[in-house]
Parts: sequence; structure tokens; C-alpha cells
Amino acid sequence: MLSIQEATVRFGERAALDAVDLEVAEHEIVCVLGPSGSGKSTLLRVVAGLQALDGGRVLLGGADQAGVPVHRRGVGLMFQDHQLFPQRDVGGNIAFGPRMRGAAKAEQAERVRELLDLVGLPGAERRSVSALSGGEQQRVALARALAPRPRLLMLDEPLGQLDRGLRERLVVELRQLFGRLGTTVLAVTHDQGEAFALADRVVVMRDGRIAQSGAPVEVWSRPASEFVARFLGFDNVVAARVAGTAAETAWGKVPVPEGSPQGERRLLVRPGGVRLLPATPSVSPASPEWTVESRTFRGDRVAVRLRPADGPPLEAEFPLSEAPEEGARVDVGFAVEDVVVLGD
Amino acid sequence: MRGRGDLKGSATRLGLMALPVAFFGVFFAWPVVSIVDRGLRPDGVWRFGRIGETLSRPDVLDVLGFTVWQALASTGLTLLVALPGAYVFARFDFPGKGVLRAVVTVPFVLPTVLVGTAFLAVVGRGGLTDELWGLRLDTSVWAILLAHVFFNYAVVIRTVGGLWSQLDPRQEEAARVLGASRWTAWRTVTLPALVPAVSAAALMVFLFTFTSFGVVQILGGDAYSTLEAEIYRQTARLLDLRTAAVLTLVQFAAVGAILAVHARTVRRRETALRLVPPETTARRPRGIGQWALLAGVLVSVALLILLPLGVLVERSFAGPHGYGLGYYRALGSLDESGTFLVPPLEAIGNSLRYAVAATAIAVLIGGLAAAALTRRAGRLVRGFDALLMLPLGVSAVTVGFGFLITLDEPPFDLRASWILVPLAQALVGVPFVVRTMLPVLRAVDERLREAAAVLGASPWRAWREVDLPLVRRALLIAAGFAFAVSLGEFGATVFIARPDSPTLPVAVARLLGRPGELNYGQAMALSTILMVVCAVSLLLLERLRTERTSGEF
Repeated sequence: MLSIQEATVRFGERAALDAVDLEVAEHEIVCVLGPSGSGKSTLLRVVAGLQALDGGRVLLGGADQAGVPVHRRGVGLMFQDHQLFPQRDVGGNIAFGPRMRGAAKAEQAERVRELLDLVGLPGAERRSVSALSGGEQQRVALARALAPRPRLLMLDEPLGQLDRGLRERLVVELRQLFGRLGTTVLAVTHDQGEAFALADRVVVMRDGRIAQSGAPVEVWSRPASEFVARFLGFDNVVAARVAGTAAETAWGKVPVPEGSPQGERRLLVRPGGVRLLPATPSVSPASPEWTVESRTFRGDRVAVRLRPADGPPLEAEFPLSEAPEEGARVDVGFAVEDVVVLGD
Repeated sequence: MRGRGDLKGSATRLGLMALPVAFFGVFFAWPVVSIVDRGLRPDGVWRFGRIGETLSRPDVLDVLGFTVWQALASTGLTLLVALPGAYVFARFDFPGKGVLRAVVTVPFVLPTVLVGTAFLAVVGRGGLTDELWGLRLDTSVWAILLAHVFFNYAVVIRTVGGLWSQLDPRQEEAARVLGASRWTAWRTVTLPALVPAVSAAALMVFLFTFTSFGVVQILGGDAYSTLEAEIYRQTARLLDLRTAAVLTLVQFAAVGAILAVHARTVRRRETALRLVPPETTARRPRGIGQWALLAGVLVSVALLILLPLGVLVERSFAGPHGYGLGYYRALGSLDESGTFLVPPLEAIGNSLRYAVAATAIAVLIGGLAAAALTRRAGRLVRGFDALLMLPLGVSAVTVGFGFLITLDEPPFDLRASWILVPLAQALVGVPFVVRTMLPVLRAVDERLREAAAVLGASPWRAWREVDLPLVRRALLIAAGFAFAVSLGEFGATVFIARPDSPTLPVAVARLLGRPGELNYGQAMALSTILMVVCAVSLLLLERLRTERTSGEF
């Protein structure tokens, strides 16, 4: 459906996009995830034709889009802050796309009604856009983007400005909606929760390049690099010397999955993979002694920050019943399924 | 470095600029250059020495000094009086606001000669203040300054008030919540947003007063003369094209310099503003302070604008044998003196026809230019921006005279054509159109256009769907300005209007130029008619504006 090849955009010396390759299949929902300045919004603007390429090309349905102006690309874009037309009412905003395509009045009205039902705002045609709440604006923006039946729908931080509860509800609604409509979606966001909940495939970007691409569960469980790991919120990263299925680290000996890269590496331990060991002196002469530095209540779990005698701190998560008290001295072990040897 | 899209954008811009550039080349640059050429190259040899000679004459230096001083003083005084007015018109809702807005615009379209006469009637010998308190100002510079404020009040109200009414008050509220006092919030949030509009208004006022002609002619007498008045004297009375050419150049250079400085300051300050429909920002005044402000503005309008106009109307009815319609009846017939080839009343039809044509031309040319200038870019475009303002600074007398000596041969043999007058008037109207539309066009968020493009709107369609509704107000204001300026234009029209089809200001001036009470009264009557024509047109415009916009917002 969408094929981006070697796309490069430079702003002065800085490359906002640096030879990016990306494919989006029909009916697929791809979410580009990255910190601000990683080039993800530029990617959307390039596909929409709002930003000229300095190199590479963009193909939609197999056709090169070079020289195709924005308004003939047949893509939809939902802007970060919606950009609803202030001088038009809700109906006027949604009917805009069909109208540009020469739809008849009755057809426009029908489409507006249909979409307002779809986004859960039936009967809102005559309302002024300035009187809408943030969530309603977001729904109208979505309806407006969907109205001309774009072959590809792009979302720029679709839920960025909404409060958390609304976001979590809307992201589920969006996914169901896109599934039902069979929409092909390319979304960008800096919020991993949003990306994982929405996407069939997640693409992590850094400095204009793609750092990792894969199914949410795959990216989550096997971050490709320390950058991706840290961006996903994992801070338990430590230097390691990997040999076979074990690694030497400042946190002691850590088991690693079979087939892990060998040698000097960085290693990630997910907080859930830290196990408390019964304090038997025989087990850990080699492993360091840990002190519980802090303890944060997170509902069903407790996050605990452990400090070894020497080395970086370790984040761990325990069920409420097992969590040690602050200041306690403990011994820990690691579950191999929560250990990842990172790439470069 | 730049992508293909930018190249295409430049091409579009150049395309949009082609017509305005051609227009200014033929109808502005060429006539002015011809006049200067005649003055400085009388027999095929350039005599640049004449510039130095002329400029070292003490009388010329006096004129220069006075021109600058009175323009600065007038501008300051106008801003002082009119800025509170702009605030009141932008932010307060009160009965009769539409009518009042039209009323304050009326002076602007009155022929300058007439403004001078109206003030003479108030503060001159035998005038109202003389009768009441023995106070006469016609021998002091105050009469000139007050007349300039009278004349330019609307410029500030329309330019600054227009933008002010569309500024989102919540921006100021946000500042208040962040801990700014009312004054600090205004100074740090609203004022910077208004600066481009205030500079634009101040610039216009300065240019008008710098090139002031009719007002100074009447109220200044022999004591005070501006450059423009001096150019007229040298051209029309002394036939000294040499001095006139030098003075034209000086005025040109001064105006160029002012425009350059202005362009720099405005460019630095202009930012994308958050515009909202004006209907949502105005409300009833609250508290003693706001009512007092409203009252103060109303009183200043009454004293400064209504009083001179009232005296004018009163005089038009005050015949030798008490009040009556005698002067008006006399307008319908030809007198024996040979002042006119047609009854003066016909001037109404002429004026309206010319003004409609001139407005159409000015809106077309100015609209194209503003569209081309919307995106700030390139030296070329900036130069074009400044070029558009020059007609305001160059002597209308020079332009009018230049028309006569250049546009009388093929390919532009227009001397016998009626279009000549609207062309000259449009020249002065274009800068208004551009200046009024540009700040609003530039304040339109670029991403709204992008949103329209993504939804399938071509660039032209996006402009029509996004920009036009947002700037429709500005466009109508601009058209109103152009219409008003055309109706009142005098300096150039007086040279090129044919004797059998005079415009209202020209007819008024001709009547004022003749001695006798009947002529004076007829001039007053005709001026009153001109005033009514303007007021009616402007009221129609106000109505049109609300009708059109109420559906949109």
C-alpha cells in the first residue's frame, strides 16, 4: 500500500529523515514511535506531500508520488492539534473532503451523518467547532479525515492532548473502528502505551532513522538496542560479558536466553524478572549484597529500587505480599525470560 | 538545499506579482519618472547639480523641516486620540456602534480641501470658537494638527481595531492567570500582537500628513507649507518643474527611507496570531472605568468629528435669508459664470462610477499582491512589499501631472478615456488593500491550509476555502477603504478629470475657488452630498459585512 524508500529530508545540516525505508501493507495499522525531534512527524508530512523529499521516494499503491500535489494523493491526515476550520461548523468540517471531490449535497449530508454516528457524535452537524470539548474535537477531526475515504489514514499524535482516561478509552475505540473499516493507518506518537494498544506493528525512530520495527509484543519483549529499551521505559541496562547462556555483570551472574549475541554487550533485565532469593549464605557468595533503596506502591505491584554494593541500581517489581521493606538487605536472582542481550 | 515545493511556490508568487508589477510600472513609475526627467534633464543633459542648489535654499529647508515636524506631531496626536477609540470599537458592544464606525470613517473620504474649510469654519476667523470664546487657531499650527487627527482617526480605528477585535481575549486571560496584572497582561500579550497593525496605521498616518496638501493649503496660509503644497505651487502656479522635480525626489527618498525602517520593524514583530471571530470578543462595558472610557471616546468623536461636520452641514442650509434648500437647488442648474460645463449635481454620478471602477481595480491588484506577499520570503518579495506603499508617499500632484504627459500616446493613449481617473485613484487605493489584508492573511495558520490540501483542496481551492472566509472581513474593509479613498481623491484627479465630468471633490474645490456666498454655500451643499454618499456607502458595507459573516460564524 505505502512504500517509503530511502526517504531523506534535511533541514540545513540536520537530517530529519535519513534514508528511511518503511512499508505499510493494506489494512495494517503501523505506529511510529519516537521522542520529539526523531523525525516521525516529518515522515507523515513527506507521505502527505507537505514536505518535499531531498532524496528517496514515496509510493502509494505502487505509484511514485513525486510531483503529485498534496490534494491529489488521496491520503488522510489528522493533525496533532486537529486544525478544524474555525469558520465552519462540525458538518461543514466533515463535509469538506467529500465536497472537494465534487460530491453532491445530499451525498455529503449522508456521509456527515454516517461519520458522526461512527465517531459517536450523532446530530452534532450544526454545532460550532469552538464549542467542542477536546475529545469531541478529536472525534470530529477523525471524522473529517475519514470522510473522503482516504486509502491511507495518517494520525499525528492522535490522542496527544487528551486526558489519560479518555485516551485509554479512545485508543481501544480507534483500533476497533479501524479494524471494522479495514482502514490502513500510519500513526505517530511519543506514547508507547498508545502505540502498543493501537498498532499491528510498531516502528521506533531515532534521529531520523528507524531503530526497530516489529509487532508490539516483539518490540516490547526484545528491544533491539539500549535506546529502544530506555525509550520503552526500561532502565535496568548494564554492561555485560556474555558467554554461552550466562553473562557477567555488575549485578552478578545473569542467565541469558540461548542464542544471545556473545561478547561485550549491554544487557536488559525487565523489572518483573527480578526474583527474591531466600537469604541462604550458600547461594550467593559471588553475587553482591543488595539494599532496598526505595519502595513505590503501584497498586497490585510494588516497584523496588535495589542498590548493589557496587554498580548501577536495579529496578524490580514484586507482588505486594513479597515486597521487602525499605532498608532491608536481600539477595536476588534473575528469570531468564526477562533478560535481553541488546544489540548496538 | 530547498525542495521542489519551494521552487514551485516562488513561481506561483512571481505569477501573482506580475499584474501588480505591470500596473505600477505603467501607471506609477512611468509618469513619475517622466516628470522627474523633464525637471532634471530639460534639454537631454542631466543636471544633477540642481538637486544641491535647490536643497540649500533656506526656504526649501524650512518647508522640509516643517513637513517632518508636523507629520510626527500629527501621527503622535492621532495615535493618542484614536487608540482608545480602537479599543472601544474592538472590545465593547454598544448601541449604534455600526453607525458610529461609519461616521468616523466619513472624514477620511472628504476632500482634504473640504476638511480644511470645515476646520476653518470651527476654529477660524468668524468660526464657532471665535464667536463663542474669541478663540482662533487658524493662525497656529494646532488647526493643522487637529485637522490631521480628524482626517486620520479612521485609519487607526479600522487598521488597529480590525485586528484587535479578532485577537483572542483568552490569551490575555492566560497571562492574568500566570500572574500578570491587567496592565502587564495587555503590555506583554496584546500590545506585541497589535504592534504590526499599530505600525501600519502610524505609517499610513505619517505618510498622509507628510504629504498633506489641501489641509495645509487652507489652514496653513503663507506661514506653513508642506512639501506637497510646495510641489503644487511650483508646478501649477510658478510652472517651475525644476524645483518641483527636486522636491518630488526628496519626498520620494524620505518616504522610501520611512518604508524601509517600517518594513524592518514589522517583519521582526509579525507572528502568527490566534484569530477569533470579532463577534465573540466584544461585550458590554463593565464598571465605571470602562463606561468612562466609552464616554470619553464618544465625547472626543463628537468634538473632533461630528462638530466640524455639523458646522459644514449647517452652513449648507444657512442661506442669506435664513435656512433653506437654496444652495442645493442651485446645484441642479448651470450658472452663467462658466465654472462648470455641466450642472454640479452630475458630479455625484461621476464620482460613484469612478469609485466603483477604482475599487474593483484596487481590490484586484491589491488582492493579488497581498496573496503573493503572504509568505515571507526573499529580498525580491520584500522589495515589492515596500514598492506597493510608494504611491502613498509620492506626490499625487506629480502622479496626476505625470499621467497627462505620459498616457497621451500609444500604446497607452488614455487621455480621452474615462478609465484614466479610476486608474489614478486605484493607485492610492492599492496600498490600503494590501496593508489591510496582509496582517490578516499572514495570521492564518499555515496548517489550516495544509489540512485543506490533505482533504483534497488544490492550492487555489484551499485559498478560497480557508483564507478567504477568514479574510473576507479584511477584504470588505479593504474594499471600503479603496472606495472611500477613490471618492475623496483630489490631488491627482484635479489634473486629469475632464471638465465635463468632474468628481465631487473637484467640483467642490472649483466652487471654493470662486468668490461669493453662493459659490461657498454650494460648495458646502455639495460637500454635504458627498458626505451623505460616503456615509450611505459605508453603512451598506457595514451591513453587508454582518450579513455575510453571520452565516459563517
